[in-house]
Amino acid sequence: MKPHNIQFTLNGEKVALSVEPSDVLLDVLRGKLGIKSPKVGCDRGDCGTCTVLMNGKTIRSCLALAVEADGSEIVTLEGANSRKWTQKLQKTFHAKNAFQCGFCAPGVILSATELLEKNPKPSAHDIKEAIAGNLCRCTGYEPIVEAIAETAKGK
Amino acid sequence: MDLQKLIAKPRKGARSVKTGEELTVVGQSVPRVDGWEKIKGAAKYTDDLEFGPGLLYAALVESPFAHAKIKSIDVSKAEKLHGVVKVVTGRNFTQKFGLYMNDRYVFATDMVRFVGEQVAAVVATDPKIALRGAALVKVEYEELPAVMDAVKALEKDSPLVHPDLKSYTHVPWFFPKPGTNIAHWRKIRKGDLAKGFKDADLVMEDTYTVPRYAHCAIEPHSAIGLFDASGRLTMWTSSQSPFTQRHVFAETLKSFGLSHKDVRVISTYIGGGFGGKAGVTMEIIAAALAIAVPGRPVKLLWSRAQEFYNTYQRLGCTAKIKMGVSKAGKITALDFKLHWDAGAYVEYGANVVNAAGLSASGPYKVDNLSIDSMCTYTNLPPCGAYRGFGYSEFLFGLESHITRMARELGIDPVEFRKKNAIKEGDTLPYGAHMNPTGIMDAIERVAKEIKWGVKERSKDPKKAIGKAQVCFWKSPAMPPNASSSAFLKFNEDGSINILVSGMEIGQGLLTVMAQIASEVLSVPVAKIRVETPDTDRNPYEWQTVGSHVTWGCGNAVKRAALEARERILDLVQRVHCLDKSTLYLEDQHVKCRTKPDFALRFSDFVINGIQADDHTFKGGPIMGSGVFMPEFASAISDPETGQGGHPNVHYTTGSAGIILEVDRETGKMKIKKVALAVDCGKAINPDLVRGQIVGGLLQGFATVLYEDMRYNEKGRLLNPNFSDYKIPTVMDMPDQVVPIIIEVAQPDGPFGARGVGEHTMIPCAPLIANAVEDALGVRIKSMPVTKEKVALAVKAAKK
Repeated sequence: MKPHNIQFTLNGEKVALSVEPSDVLLDVLRGKLGIKSPKVGCDRGDCGTCTVLMNGKTIRSCLALAVEADGSEIVTLEGANSRKWTQKLQKTFHAKNAFQCGFCAPGVILSATELLEKNPKPSAHDIKEAIAGNLCRCTGYEPIVEAIAETAKGK
Repeated sequence: MDLQKLIAKPRKGARSVKTGEELTVVGQSVPRVDGWEKIKGAAKYTDDLEFGPGLLYAALVESPFAHAKIKSIDVSKAEKLHGVVKVVTGRNFTQKFGLYMNDRYVFATDMVRFVGEQVAAVVATDPKIALRGAALVKVEYEELPAVMDAVKALEKDSPLVHPDLKSYTHVPWFFPKPGTNIAHWRKIRKGDLAKGFKDADLVMEDTYTVPRYAHCAIEPHSAIGLFDASGRLTMWTSSQSPFTQRHVFAETLKSFGLSHKDVRVISTYIGGGFGGKAGVTMEIIAAALAIAVPGRPVKLLWSRAQEFYNTYQRLGCTAKIKMGVSKAGKITALDFKLHWDAGAYVEYGANVVNAAGLSASGPYKVDNLSIDSMCTYTNLPPCGAYRGFGYSEFLFGLESHITRMARELGIDPVEFRKKNAIKEGDTLPYGAHMNPTGIMDAIERVAKEIKWGVKERSKDPKKAIGKAQVCFWKSPAMPPNASSSAFLKFNEDGSINILVSGMEIGQGLLTVMAQIASEVLSVPVAKIRVETPDTDRNPYEWQTVGSHVTWGCGNAVKRAALEARERILDLVQRVHCLDKSTLYLEDQHVKCRTKPDFALRFSDFVINGIQADDHTFKGGPIMGSGVFMPEFASAISDPETGQGGHPNVHYTTGSAGIILEVDRETGKMKIKKVALAVDCGKAINPDLVRGQIVGGLLQGFATVLYEDMRYNEKGRLLNPNFSDYKIPTVMDMPDQVVPIIIEVAQPDGPFGARGVGEHTMIPCAPLIANAVEDALGVRIKSMPVTKEKVALAVKAAKK
């Protein structure tokens, strides 16, 4: 199969590269573009550590082909670090010691960013829904849910 | 002058539970020192490291059989595939290895012993090519009868997993039985068991079973190896045990000219461990592959499926318990037989069996005691360390049984536990004596929190509410000479770098080490960086397992900080002619009790020394080193009774209680409230202790409510992924979790601290089983306690 030339915006910058039709977006981000915050956790869409924003919506980059990113806007935590809600979330997460090993953190923070950008006054259920696809084995989720709730309340 | 008084600086008035000294940083919930790195996505895990365009990738050829002879391996087709650099088999790696028992092989050579075992590896320029190459390797097998059950493995005609067991080397405190599948048999005999049963008013006997479980750290194992042209091997591994790995690599591969000094292991942050990244599993393969392709880095990254079937799993356990109790509610005798399914290789798992055998009385004083903890080989994947290290498994049976017997005798189960709870100074199962413990306080505070004794009704008539309370204990399971060490270095601006090889696995080790040094040296935590291990640079740590590093590594860091302080005080005494006993450290200055205006800023001298009156400089870089070894420990005891040694350094104890709502028809359970009190000696960072409690509880409840490894009759794991092996999502959180911190100081702990990481998950199974019985009157004796099992039990009870 022929390689495809694709272009997309990655964290605000235009990138153009050649990919195989079977190349997975996560592998291209990590292997070819040096973007390491999305992680390889399960390779089948179960764990959410590979979460990135595509055109403002969270996707599992392990389930997306790189060619699907052509013409899109991709934001990873490296890029989201400058977004308003991301920064507010990070401040609360830090103060509350809400993560332990940190492996799920990039995915959780992007899912929470997407939630608060769309719905700055979420209910407890909204918060849980938003991160239900991000597995965390360390924290029992409670400090994460509390941190998102406190961020939304502007504490 | 008491050294502690010198550093005392009253601020928030926290007090050390050990000495009454005033503490300023220890005891505070400071933000994690690794917080921003992780929250910004900057933290690097092993698979995030870059190795340039020369990096090679490996894929494995794995056994499809649980037990088979390897008749031939044909690698010719794979070798011809474009992009394949090397096909590696076990031919060149014949040295067996293991932590406690040398029974493992880098690659299977003549025999495979579980489905998924590595037989060969293909190294290629691209991961996809490596996988295609692996599929081209032809292995001819002769299938053999296999054994999948730890009890059946003891039968006379059972297939033998390791016919050569007799020739295997192991630690002196293991007792394998060659010619059988028993890899280790830990016996405890204490008091007079027959008399104990005679004295009992009630004797009850039953069997409880626990299946295997997977750790499910979200980060899969990964390892990169480079054997360079000078003959040194560098390994980057996602590991809880970099120094243990270095030792195993050096020993296993010494025929290639390696000595320990030539092997370097670098471990960055790891994405969850839970025991699964302790010891050595897949990393030895990456090390061997590096040797096979000298000069080029080679990466081995485990898939999620491999993460399930070819790392350590938690051991399965069949527990046969017979207990005698007097009318007054005292345990008069306990006969506990634990049959462990430890899998095809038990080099680490046999020590789980040992640890459980030493402590299966639970946190109770039992004068007449017999424990048989038997480690059995089976043709299922190898088992090893998992948070709790055998205690979750025996506590399910023990704490279920205790509640049943108390109820049968008409004694309140919480009162029963109080009557039998172990106290400081009581004799332990192996003859040594119990350390200070806050278990009584823990029991009382939990009982109060869940309103023990007050029956609650659900608002929904279809649902019933049950309550339960249990106790737990656990000791670090470690060799008696497991040690920790630390280097501490001041920088020009008075900031500090601390080098330890205790591993940050999420628990917050780096933060706690910074707090300990901060407390001694009056340097704020924000000015202290604690480095993750690199065995070339950081000093020795045995392993980050067993909830021992806050205690062991913390003691080493405290000693390093005290040594650095001594050097500072000696220097100031020498140059400024001030009596050392009048000097103290405060706010990053050296101050003097007799000269209130004397204040020497650290940043003015900790690297470049102090200028004397003659314009020369005295001193130089301020450093400290610290070493800690539990010199009172000993693993040697009578093999027939277990009496005589001091194998465990101390126990952390606690209690947990639950309010559980259960649907009478569907069995669906909802945890309305759970409270857990743990005596951590001293919470150096209470936030982090609470984190361990909340997180550990959910991991524990998952093993009761959702998780279960399912194998087919051929020994193949049927659910090696997160779709079929369900770990909890945020939707599965209990409604309310109440963490309770108890602080009864550990005399030899840093500021009185002892470990807390594993303990928080081990009481979960009996909590659920006992609460289900309290709610619906049905008793589940096999884990997991799924809603399906509860519903079926309720249905059966109605008939």
